[in-house]
Amino acid sequence: MPDQAHGSSAARPSSLWQLFAAFTVLAMQGFGGVLAVAQKELCDRRAWLTQAEFLQMLGTAQVLPGPNVCNLSLMIGDKFFGWRGALVALTGMIAAPFALLLALAWTLGHASSAAPTQHAIQGALNGIAAVAAGQIIGTVLKLSAPIKQHPLGGLTAAGLAVAAFAMMTWLHWPLIWVLLGLGSLTCLYTYAILRKRKAST
Amino acid sequence: MSTWVWAPDVWWTLFKHFFALSLLSIGGAITLVPDMHRRLVLTDHLLSDADFTASIALAQAAPGPNVLFVALMGWYSCGLMGATASLLGVMIPSTTLALAASRWVSTRKHWVGVHAFQEGMTPVTVGLLLATGWLLMPSVQNPKALAVSALVALLVWRTKIRLIWLVLGGAFLGGLGII
Repeated sequence: MPDQAHGSSAARPSSLWQLFAAFTVLAMQGFGGVLAVAQKELCDRRAWLTQAEFLQMLGTAQVLPGPNVCNLSLMIGDKFFGWRGALVALTGMIAAPFALLLALAWTLGHASSAAPTQHAIQGALNGIAAVAAGQIIGTVLKLSAPIKQHPLGGLTAAGLAVAAFAMMTWLHWPLIWVLLGLGSLTCLYTYAILRKRKAST
Repeated sequence: MSTWVWAPDVWWTLFKHFFALSLLSIGGAITLVPDMHRRLVLTDHLLSDADFTASIALAQAAPGPNVLFVALMGWYSCGLMGATASLLGVMIPSTTLALAASRWVSTRKHWVGVHAFQEGMTPVTVGLLLATGWLLMPSVQNPKALAVSALVALLVWRTKIRLIWLVLGGAFLGGLGII
């Protein structure tokens, strides 16, 4: 929604072109996933969004079908420039990596199949994967700061985050159970608290 | 795979498969991998098992959203037009829905229910992201890689280091066989 006051973040993109360039730049830096770079570029470097806004948009992006970072691009583009911004941000996110990836697949298809080359490529891919895992964890730790001010209380909110983590990693529940089960429970609980707070003011 | 393949029937098949799966991809397209395998490899024989696996691995390592593995599956099935048809198929339904839903939410920000949804989802989102990072961590059989992951997590959390340097460092160490 272009004209709506959101008020909390300081800066905004000056043009569709700047939006496109920003998303292209951040997508091309996102090895093994774009989320870490998106947070860094959009919140820390450009200050287009606050951490809390980023986390809320991500929460909505997560329950919707489709790649989370693509949904996030749509929402951020839409926030600043309406539907044109949404399309531009999404195109920026996809176009350059799409071209690069196909070029890469084409090159690998023609590359030397000599063992040392293949070995080095595989090693480099493993190294990137290790870094990507660390990037996601570091980003989440940074993003979890707003949880302290959560309406349910920081401790309860942190406990719920740990519960979601455990359901995925130890219990191996399907994602949809966690989103619908735990997600709807926390939403209802938050709703009750917010209603009570509203009634008492 | 040759770049230019004239096969509108295959383009259409790819588009249809991914179009049908798009709205099921809650949590990202990666959750659909088992069903994609059934449709593309087992039923329609559009690409080989090896190419299917390579699509996912390559897209994970390359820059950009991980959903681009869908484009690679199209590429290995039917070249450039296959890649385009697949990507359009997987993106159009979810994108349309996401835009409509996020607009609905953002015009009703003052509603207690919407506020509760946004606030209520944040702990779950944090937990799920943490789980994603955890599942991608190298195994304990590779302690050096694990140490690299832990160090990267600490640097990203506590410093303002540019992420690209970390990625280049990881590729370098891995390429030399150090981790």
